[in-house]
Amino acid sequence: MKKYFLPSIKLTLLLVLLLAVLYPALIAAVAKLAPGGGKGKTVSVNGKVVGYENVGQQFTADKYFQGRPSAVNYNAAGSAGSNKGASNPDYQKTVQERIDTFLAHNPGIPKEDIPAELVTASGSGLDPDLSPAAALVQVKRVAAVRGISEQKLTALVTEHIQGPLMGIAGPSKVNVLKLNIALDTLK
Amino acid sequence: MNSEITGVIVTFILTLLIAFPLGKYIAKVFQGTPTVTDFMSPLERFIYRFCGIDPQKEMNWKQHMMALLSINLVWLVYAFFVLLFQSHLPLNPDGNPDMTPDLAFNTAISFLVNCNLQHYSGESGLTYLTQLIVITFLQFVSAATGVAAVAVLFRAFAEKTTEKLGNFFVFFIKTITRILLPLSIIMAIILVFNGTPASFDGKDSIVTLQGDSVQVSRGPAAGMIAIKHLGTNGGGWFGANSAHPLENPDYLTNMTEIIAQVILPMALIFAFGFFIRRRKLGYVIFGVMTLGMLTFMIPTLFSEMGGNPALAHMGLKDISAMEGKEVRFGVPASAYWQVMTTIISTGSVNSMHDSSMPLSGAMQMLGMMTNCFYGGKGVGLLNYFIFLIIAVFISGLMVGRTPEFMGRKVEAKEMKIAAIIALFHPFLVLVGTALSSYFAAHHPQIGWAVQPAAWFNNPGHHGFSEMLYEFTSASANNGSGFEGLGDNNIFWNISTGVVMILGRFIPIIGPVAIAGIMAKKKYIPESAGTLQTDTATFGIMTYAVIMIIAALAFFPALTLGPIAEYFQLY
Amino acid sequence: MSDHKQHKLFEPALVSVALKQAFLKLSPKSMFRNPVMFTVEIGTAIMLIVTLYIKLTGSTTQGSFGYNLAVFIILFLTLLFANFAEAIAEARGKAQAESLRKTREETPAKKVFLIGEIFTDEVKVVPSSQLRKGDIFLCEAGDMIPMDGEIIHGLATIDESAITGESAPVIRESGGDKSSVTGGTKVLSDKIKVRVTTDPGESFLDKMIALVEGASRQKTPNEIALTILLASFTLVFTIVCVTLKPFGDYANTPITIAAFVSLFVCLIPTTIGGLLSAIGIAGMDRALRANVITKSGKAVETAGDLDTLLLDKTGTITIGNRKATHFWPANAVGKKEFFEVCTLASLADDTPEGKSIVELAAEKGIKASQLNVEDAVFIQFTAETRSSGVNIEGVRIRKGAYDAIRNIVQKAGHTFPAETEEKVKEISSNGGTPLVVSQNETVLGVIELQDIIKPGIQERFERLRRMGVKTVMVTGDNPLTAKYIAEKAGVDDFIAEAKPEDKMLYIRKEQEGGKLVAMMGDGTNDAPALAQADVGVAMNSGTQAAKEAGNMVDLDNDPTKLIEIVEIGKQLLMTRGTLTTFSIANDVAKYFAIVPALFVTAVPALQGLNIMHLASPESAILSAVIFNAIIIPALIPLALKGVAYKPIGASALLRRNLFIYGLGGVVIPFVGIKLIDLFLTLFM
Repeated sequence: MKKYFLPSIKLTLLLVLLLAVLYPALIAAVAKLAPGGGKGKTVSVNGKVVGYENVGQQFTADKYFQGRPSAVNYNAAGSAGSNKGASNPDYQKTVQERIDTFLAHNPGIPKEDIPAELVTASGSGLDPDLSPAAALVQVKRVAAVRGISEQKLTALVTEHIQGPLMGIAGPSKVNVLKLNIALDTLK
Repeated sequence: MNSEITGVIVTFILTLLIAFPLGKYIAKVFQGTPTVTDFMSPLERFIYRFCGIDPQKEMNWKQHMMALLSINLVWLVYAFFVLLFQSHLPLNPDGNPDMTPDLAFNTAISFLVNCNLQHYSGESGLTYLTQLIVITFLQFVSAATGVAAVAVLFRAFAEKTTEKLGNFFVFFIKTITRILLPLSIIMAIILVFNGTPASFDGKDSIVTLQGDSVQVSRGPAAGMIAIKHLGTNGGGWFGANSAHPLENPDYLTNMTEIIAQVILPMALIFAFGFFIRRRKLGYVIFGVMTLGMLTFMIPTLFSEMGGNPALAHMGLKDISAMEGKEVRFGVPASAYWQVMTTIISTGSVNSMHDSSMPLSGAMQMLGMMTNCFYGGKGVGLLNYFIFLIIAVFISGLMVGRTPEFMGRKVEAKEMKIAAIIALFHPFLVLVGTALSSYFAAHHPQIGWAVQPAAWFNNPGHHGFSEMLYEFTSASANNGSGFEGLGDNNIFWNISTGVVMILGRFIPIIGPVAIAGIMAKKKYIPESAGTLQTDTATFGIMTYAVIMIIAALAFFPALTLGPIAEYFQLY
Repeated sequence: MSDHKQHKLFEPALVSVALKQAFLKLSPKSMFRNPVMFTVEIGTAIMLIVTLYIKLTGSTTQGSFGYNLAVFIILFLTLLFANFAEAIAEARGKAQAESLRKTREETPAKKVFLIGEIFTDEVKVVPSSQLRKGDIFLCEAGDMIPMDGEIIHGLATIDESAITGESAPVIRESGGDKSSVTGGTKVLSDKIKVRVTTDPGESFLDKMIALVEGASRQKTPNEIALTILLASFTLVFTIVCVTLKPFGDYANTPITIAAFVSLFVCLIPTTIGGLLSAIGIAGMDRALRANVITKSGKAVETAGDLDTLLLDKTGTITIGNRKATHFWPANAVGKKEFFEVCTLASLADDTPEGKSIVELAAEKGIKASQLNVEDAVFIQFTAETRSSGVNIEGVRIRKGAYDAIRNIVQKAGHTFPAETEEKVKEISSNGGTPLVVSQNETVLGVIELQDIIKPGIQERFERLRRMGVKTVMVTGDNPLTAKYIAEKAGVDDFIAEAKPEDKMLYIRKEQEGGKLVAMMGDGTNDAPALAQADVGVAMNSGTQAAKEAGNMVDLDNDPTKLIEIVEIGKQLLMTRGTLTTFSIANDVAKYFAIVPALFVTAVPALQGLNIMHLASPESAILSAVIFNAIIIPALIPLALKGVAYKPIGASALLRRNLFIYGLGGVVIPFVGIKLIDLFLTLFM
């Protein structure tokens, strides 16, 4: 075994240099050409960064479209899901509370129309998106609070729907941050 | 057809389309015939010269294992100490602390053995330096170690009677220079252009649209995320792993990542067929593995897409199982990922497995319990080889011949090794889970950092599943978890650390030893009475052996976990 | 296989012996040899203690007394059934061997006493048990041969039907390859002097009996490998059951000891574990029923793997011996003269060919007794000269193979007549054997010998070919004749003009290529090749040396026996493989019976897993252990008779057996356990 140790140590040194120094440096250099320069794609309003396109943020006010429940309250310093099992009674209680809260804030929406994603926490706690149905179900509330017609809002949401990849693969989604920025500019 | 289902099918087809030529290429790399990456040879020659390696020196299987264990020992010591003192080292913009010794022990082993169980969260548990020089580094070399080990199997059956099985260091270095590094560079570039960070800047502070002040974790993540998947490692940069929107920003990166983790295990199967000039054997092995994959995939898709019946009881119509899942991936792509990541020992997640439906949880665990459908980098095929030897033995008898594989007799010595390896995995998992169950049941208040009573994020059978999953994942070197489990304490850090290291090296040494012993044996030419191992019938036999040995041993445990939960929920 | 001695599978006499043995074998010392059943014995002992504990203390935590007693009794029966399987196989094997041995016990022997250097005619009648190796005895018409031996003087017709079942008498004579006689056979005519070759208790049959009995039976390599596999299954399920205790504690699910032990016993492969040694013994027993004595269990196993069979042409492929059919004198030679010379050349030739020449000449009017052979010096055939003949008054007559005679003729400077050469080729290409006759190194003509191929032999070779076994014909014929017969009989290869060492070389060559080779032989000069072959079958009529060298002895002296031996070997392995598969496949159903029963009291939702709808947890567990127990005796007939071998190619065979024993192994216990449960509910 001894005769393999010296080459092993030398090889380790060389590979740390190659794989943990040169390789990440190369990727960082290439990333400078990418949108966001490899630091993540930011979104600005009036020249001020208000968030990252891909990182969900919390909206509690009724005047905004609200994202999904988050186990970390959208604190992007960390990330986590709830890790609650489907049969967990505590979890079922939490979901029931979310349903009740939603119904209280969205009068006129029947219980069976609530999309599951609005009462279940996302995997990362930072989910930036909603499905079109989950955005549309909030139109009535936002319209009422903002005094904008529902048609106009529905049109805005529809405009913000990103279809499946190449039109064939994956779900459609709506980026909540971008939708809300557009909402603020809509008078 | 629904675009979410189409997405899954397209993903699988693309995987196959890439894996097949890649397999051909890998066979060429190990045969030493010219390939497009020959521009790497000056670098390789420099490495050989610098390290004092004679690439022409052929090793027997024992020398292979000696070399493998030696270099792994070097890495273990290195990783442990760097993690222990990481706060004193540079490149720590977020000011993260040192690891506790038990956590450093667990983490060093976890990445050394290609498991990537994480009892810490990337954002706060590591520094940028350790993410790179420990985590990323180990993700490359542990994957290459597995491939170098399976290369011995290739050599053992490519020639008639031989003791010379190539050089460990050559296989290892070529795996990095010719396979892992080029593919990682391509993949990392795809990721950065889709929004994954790659710069060395620390956390960013922003004020959100609503006016909250939040910090956003970042870092040179793209390179690590590339090898994390290509090397079937699975340890995430961020705590939420590939569910995190910076680690996996959209459906395209999701496809890239799930394809990247499957192509090499799949390609190695084809490479085996090409290398030993028995393509059909490669195809049959691939077929069996795909059948195994579907056995777990189909129930998972149905159970996940069926939604959570508890939501229906609350009066909802849409009962999608969206807990722990991301909107941009949707349920089918998350279910597909759940199965793939568990059968191939990656263990990265794009949804929280703890929150998946009970039946899906059972399938995820079965994926790790069988641990050979495609399987981990190199080790998947090695695990499969063990079951194949057992299948050869039983079917050989069934056709009235003392069993042989590839012209070599399978005798008591090989059976002994195969039997030990086959029972080793259930042994580690069941004994580990029994130990934790014992503490949870009889000593709930023991004074560990997390008391056993507080281990569980979910009560009852699901809590049992959390323990079972943790040990299964550790022994299968998978690394995913039912992450609700409070595992950063001395019990889990030490117990899973020991299980991981045993679950790695014993199942590598066993099959390589069998291959090495068989390679030395007299070659017996085929006759009409010889059992053909490249037929569908034999494939079915192997499948049955895997299911019966690997899955049945866990049936009672699964009954107390996800199966009981299933019957309670539905 | 000769059917006349087939015993019924369960003869009452044997069953009672086996039943007694089944109890005797319960001793832990003998159980320890079988790890699977040994663990069952431990489980049974635990259940006994639990049952007694309940009876004595009246404790109720472990379920009712009756239930625990029932589990104990069933487990105890499981053990007995497994022991019975082994015991009945042993009993049958022993009975078969004994019936062969009985014939030779305590017969009077006419022992010849040796005084000084010469034999006196003093013959004393002694019991056969007093004969020792090296003793000499006499046998006359009507005598029973008292011991195995070798004829040292004389010739006799012998009735061997006691051993072979063949009623036609055979001829045995001193010298040559048919000099062995077997104890228990009867001399019908003439008188022979025989030297005893074995001490009492050391004959092959004695060795075989010892092999069948547990004491000297060693596990074959394949049996060892299978035992390792089965032990590892047992170990896995031990872990499964032991760890279930803390799991149950965590889930607040108390599990009774009876349930633990039942689960364990049902999961470990008791079916194959219980039948394994019976299968091995039955293999040797089947060989014995085919009148083949095997010297080790391994030889039977190896027979299943054979790649190449070396078969002597004569007696195997062709009926008996070649016969002279024509005399073809050379142009200048008179017929009568030629017939006479042929007869002279063959007078001392005791081979069937030689005799047939004399017979044919007699038909043509040559009386052998009228020929003057007073000063004749007969030249014996040797493998080197490959010719024989006679020297009379300076006239040298030789007959032999074409090239042998051509050598003699050409060495003397004479030419070989073209028309004879033509004839030789013609005979050869028609499958005949030409024997050239020369007088004073001048060719006189050629005798045509013809072979008759056994009917049905082509089909047997075809069957072997489909089994993956290559057949090689060994013959002293010239290549042309050999090729003709080889093609006609359908063998794959032939060795022509074979000298004894050619067999050896061929075997070595095949073995170097990794093949397993079998051959049959009888002569002393076959002994090295018999020893070299992986399976060497010596004919019982052959010399002692041949019998010592081989690892099987065929009592029937039937050269086609090799084919049966291969099938017996394959059957042995197949029976092991299929029952292993069956045993393991059974676990699926047993899981579905027992696992819900274990937990359903604490977790009522798990009733959903009770897909067989078994009545209660107790009935489910009892049904599973009862099924597990009775499947062993149910499969004893299969274990003893062996799984039928069909030469349909390995893959098709695997498909077939996987379907029957794999799928069957999954389905049958579901049905069986359900039926037993229905039956039990009538009483519970």
